[in-house]
Amino acid sequence: MSAADPTDDVLVRVDNLVKYFPVRSAGLIRRTVGQVQAVDDVSLTIPRGKTLGLVGETGSGKSTLARCVAGLIPVTSGRVTFNGRDITNLSRRAMRPVRREIQMIFQDPYSSLNPRRRVGAIIGDPFVIHKTATGAERKRQVQELMERVGLNPEHYNRFPAEFSGGQRQRIGVARALALRPQLIICDEPVSALDVSIQAQVLNLLSDLQQDYGLSYLFIAHDLEVVRHVSDSVAVMYLGRIGESGPEEAVYTSPRHPYTAALLSAAPAADPDAAASRQRIILTGDVPSPIDPPSGCRFHPRCPKAQPLCGEQEPPLEVKAGDVPTHLTACHFPVEAGENLATATAATGTAGGSELS
Amino acid sequence: MTLLEVTDLNVTFHTADGAVRAVRGVSFGVEAGRTLGIVGESGSGKTVLTQTLLGLTPGADVSGQAVFEGTDLLGLDDNQLRAVRGARISVIFQDPLTSLHPLYRVGWQITEMIRAHDRSVSKREATERAVDLLRRVGIPRPEQRVNDYPHQFSGGMRQRAMIAMALSLSPQLIIADEPTTALDATVQAQIIDLLLHLQQDSGTALILITHDLGVVADIADDVMVMYAGRAAEKAPKRDIFYSPHHPYTKGLLESIPSSSAAGSRLRPIPGSPPSLINLPSGCKFHPRCGYVLDRCLTEEPGLRPVSQDGYHSSACWLPLQAAGLGKQAEELRAETVREGRGEAAAEVFDAEIAGAEGSVAG
Repeated sequence: MSAADPTDDVLVRVDNLVKYFPVRSAGLIRRTVGQVQAVDDVSLTIPRGKTLGLVGETGSGKSTLARCVAGLIPVTSGRVTFNGRDITNLSRRAMRPVRREIQMIFQDPYSSLNPRRRVGAIIGDPFVIHKTATGAERKRQVQELMERVGLNPEHYNRFPAEFSGGQRQRIGVARALALRPQLIICDEPVSALDVSIQAQVLNLLSDLQQDYGLSYLFIAHDLEVVRHVSDSVAVMYLGRIGESGPEEAVYTSPRHPYTAALLSAAPAADPDAAASRQRIILTGDVPSPIDPPSGCRFHPRCPKAQPLCGEQEPPLEVKAGDVPTHLTACHFPVEAGENLATATAATGTAGGSELS
Repeated sequence: MTLLEVTDLNVTFHTADGAVRAVRGVSFGVEAGRTLGIVGESGSGKTVLTQTLLGLTPGADVSGQAVFEGTDLLGLDDNQLRAVRGARISVIFQDPLTSLHPLYRVGWQITEMIRAHDRSVSKREATERAVDLLRRVGIPRPEQRVNDYPHQFSGGMRQRAMIAMALSLSPQLIIADEPTTALDATVQAQIIDLLLHLQQDSGTALILITHDLGVVADIADDVMVMYAGRAAEKAPKRDIFYSPHHPYTKGLLESIPSSSAAGSRLRPIPGSPPSLINLPSGCKFHPRCGYVLDRCLTEEPGLRPVSQDGYHSSACWLPLQAAGLGKQAEELRAETVREGRGEAAAEVFDAEIAGAEGSVAG
């Protein structure tokens, strides 16, 4: 996806991003005994006004990647370019104007709002920090934001506890919107919400994108939600991107066996489809990112694995017959009409492999 | 054969803020060997309902009947209940992280359960059974893993251990409360697959509590949809998904971003669920419903049979023919609303629904 796009359409470019966290021994002298390879050599782009969906299971590094893009944690190596400008490991002071352009919405609307502060003050914080509006003007702007996200502006003086989960998530959206950013990073923004409320927030996010030309980096583990909001999708597994491309291509003709397994594992709310579907049951769990498997990181769980997969890391590249933006990192990509479910049938229910 | 028959169950908690009416007049039955899915959002009463059956809601006002294998569970004292819990009815909780004791070995926790109900089993026999159970739920090298502590297990393995524990005394009924919610998609698929196979092998009845309609579509036989402490709709699985009658069921199905509607606008249910302390009048769903009739504001509907065989029932005043997601059913609903909505209902509709989509309900 990276090389083909003309630069002017690209808001964010991530090149070969690596983020390792040191693992230290216990005791007084805390020697580094290993590295958690949370994000390992990831490249991607977020086009202006579009949504990039990031999918992956626990420990795949998707939240770490998001935090690196937002400049919340220093990166180990690689580069993050925002609006054509290198923002990798900027100093706090140099980062400050960039932060106006990149905002975040968090997963848990209960713990991401200070319970002791009034909603008006929470949403008004960005104005205070960046000194863009004061006094009555700030209040006016906050109330405008509240109205925009579907909250009653008269509730300006209420506390977060007086709002429901969906309304709290709207408060988080209003806060992120305050400085009119160009990019909003949504880290599992609807996972904590009930189904009926989830749809309200998703609609709000898509309205705001249209009205303000926002770009989203949208992280979620719910594949249907990601499909609904995303223009393009990247699938992460153990710190690497396994497959990326336009939403339609990745969902209808997945090439990486992991993507195929994820898609087949997601339960669809349709009993007939559920009964007829070939479900690929992967064995085992995601290995530890401290000591990831050699070669292709997915090979110990892959129904198509060959000896080569354990030896050589497959590059992220265009496979024959795919559109040029559809990239897959696999030696033996899934072919159209191939049935992976039978390949795993023998070991299907006896899953649960070792933790490394 | 009906294994468990619950009739008119009411559960009320008394709190400093007032009485919380968590479950109001719920009746249902579970047949041997079948799976009942109970679907509802947070606060719909689905967890309280099943915990009450097992005496796990101390301090609550409980009325009604829950007949399991000929005895009313609600009339049992603590000792009698203890003999039922685990042995006849067992529970798998949502969070395998917190439901295993971190300081005891996994094997010990399973053997404790076996020996608590039958002292005649020797420690050695109990351990052998624990190893067998772990093997059955797909834990590799169970002879060694039986001596592991919970932190040495991954999330999926812990849930497998919980399932092993639930199976240990061959219960007639397993209650699984959001068994896969805390797990990743590929591990969730493993656990669902495991539950399905175990149920086929042992013929155990299963009550599956979940908010995920996808999981229900996968493994339930019958479904009960709950809203604000009451059963909104009850039906065999296909009827719920393909010809829902209650507007809440229909709304839930329509608010899921499904592949067919990719890119289009979602249709959420406006507003949010009511407070159980301060319930609305009439039908508890009326402030969020798109088909309010005058009658809905004052009279709360009970479950009425929708299908002729009586298996499909719904608590809604709309005509019984107005079931389904198709055009015909929609026209019938619209017509009913035109006839049955007086000024009072129209006012509610304007205030709550037509305003900003899904905004401020409280």
